[in-house]
Amino acid sequence: MRDPIAKRVADMKPSGIRKFFDIVSEMPDAISLGVGEPDFDTPWHIRDEGIYSLERGKTFYTSNSGLMELRKEICRYLSRNYNVSYEASSEVVITVGGSEAIDIALRAMLEPGEEVIIPEPSYVSYVPCTIMAGGVPVVVSLKEENEFRLTAEELMAAITPRTKVLVLPFPNNPTGAIMEREDLEAIAKICIEKDIFVVSDEIYAALTYKGDHVTIASLPGMKERTILINGFSKAYAMTGWRLGYACGPADIISPMTKLHQYCIMCAPTTSQYAAVEALRHGDNDVADMREAYNERRRFLLHEFKRLGLKCFEPYGAFYVFPSIKEFGMTSEDFCTSLLKAKKVAVVPGTAFGESGEGFVRISYAYSIESLKEALGRIEEYIASLR
Amino acid sequence: MNENDVRQMRMSILKAIEHDGRVDLNELAIRLGLDATDVANAMADMEKEGIICGYQTLIDWEKTDDERVTALIEVRVTPQRGQGFDSIAERIYKYPEVDSVYLISGGFDLMVIMEGRSLKEVSSFVTNKLSALESVLSCATHFIMRKYKLNGTVLAKKHEDERMLVTP
Repeated sequence: MRDPIAKRVADMKPSGIRKFFDIVSEMPDAISLGVGEPDFDTPWHIRDEGIYSLERGKTFYTSNSGLMELRKEICRYLSRNYNVSYEASSEVVITVGGSEAIDIALRAMLEPGEEVIIPEPSYVSYVPCTIMAGGVPVVVSLKEENEFRLTAEELMAAITPRTKVLVLPFPNNPTGAIMEREDLEAIAKICIEKDIFVVSDEIYAALTYKGDHVTIASLPGMKERTILINGFSKAYAMTGWRLGYACGPADIISPMTKLHQYCIMCAPTTSQYAAVEALRHGDNDVADMREAYNERRRFLLHEFKRLGLKCFEPYGAFYVFPSIKEFGMTSEDFCTSLLKAKKVAVVPGTAFGESGEGFVRISYAYSIESLKEALGRIEEYIASLR
Repeated sequence: MNENDVRQMRMSILKAIEHDGRVDLNELAIRLGLDATDVANAMADMEKEGIICGYQTLIDWEKTDDERVTALIEVRVTPQRGQGFDSIAERIYKYPEVDSVYLISGGFDLMVIMEGRSLKEVSSFVTNKLSALESVLSCATHFIMRKYKLNGTVLAKKHEDERMLVTP
């Protein structure tokens, strides 16, 4: 029989996190700090609205772009929180999570051989999505001394005549890094000069702990070259509902919607009705969850200091990214041996790119009690190494 | 610290201790990004001002072999000249059996919550003490059959983490 699998798929590396997941799965009694989703349940009023939509028989497809009602609420939300305005009828598409938005944005924009600049460590899907879209990923390794922000120099060094898109994943998973206004201004200037488009993955925007999140789309001259991606998973604890969105100029959103129409049809209807409720009445829920995350963030950073574990202060998402370089082990060895010795699961930084070597991702989407228990074990473990 | 900072600090302390009265003060200060002495002082001040009225324990007595009966009693009363409902409320809340007393809008005036060891004990209190008060016009007693949620805590079942152990 012929090989049924396309070479470009066969060549695709399995996600680094998958391997670690398999090891952890054999230890069901391990304490995990390895989860990339909120520990909160979706607020009840949002779930209730989903249920109510089912009771009313709202069980059909919506338009390809998504419910108009929801697109309008998204535009209001972005305008009141991030000072950027979009046209609900032509500049928004509702997707199956932020991940679909990333995929269709890259597929809509890339010609074969065009380059996509991808800062790492970052979420696992940018490189494979770029390759599947026929593009060439150009990885920029972010540095701890820059608090894992993308600098203008790093961006300049990665640009070639074939560069078309910059992926901007901030607040960042796995580092927790953010980009503040002046950081973004430097990046925006280069993108305009070099005529580069930005795919800005802002799924963690609502979880920012230093000032308010700034979207690059709100800077002068950037809206027309930015695809802003956000969603409901992290801010509203709605991961399982699979709902995200992309906003941008109509001449990019329209071809993205074409792709979306052929492979997805429309995002889940129940989730869309629930999301309308989230945007209308969910501000307080988000504020409460953000405050809870922030308390845990401060607590972890304080504990790391006490343990003498080096860690830059991250201001976004729900991750901390401490350095384990002092122990002279690879991230993977460190994580595997911590898991075996103390049954605590944290994720090797290398699961998010080679530049994650020497770091581990610790999620604080856990109660303070769980964090304390896990920290106690980590303390014992690193004492045994020192 | 200006007035606004103090107000903000107080609010975040209250929010944090409302559902966890036993939290360690140093840990609380770390979590809130505040100075431990400031937190201790703020709490002492709020205790003095009667904002923090006590630190209690939430107990699900159902799970013990101690028998208890809780009743909600709707009470209609005649307000007294010059004192409104305050003096009758005081006469009621002074009974140690009475757990809570609320002044209510709507079809009746006071909601009295009381706990007793048996139905008989509660009924006898309502008949002999409460109804016998001069300004009490009527009482309607509702016995609680099960407590599902108390002060924001669900008593029925423990919450389990259903997430996968590791996700990107």
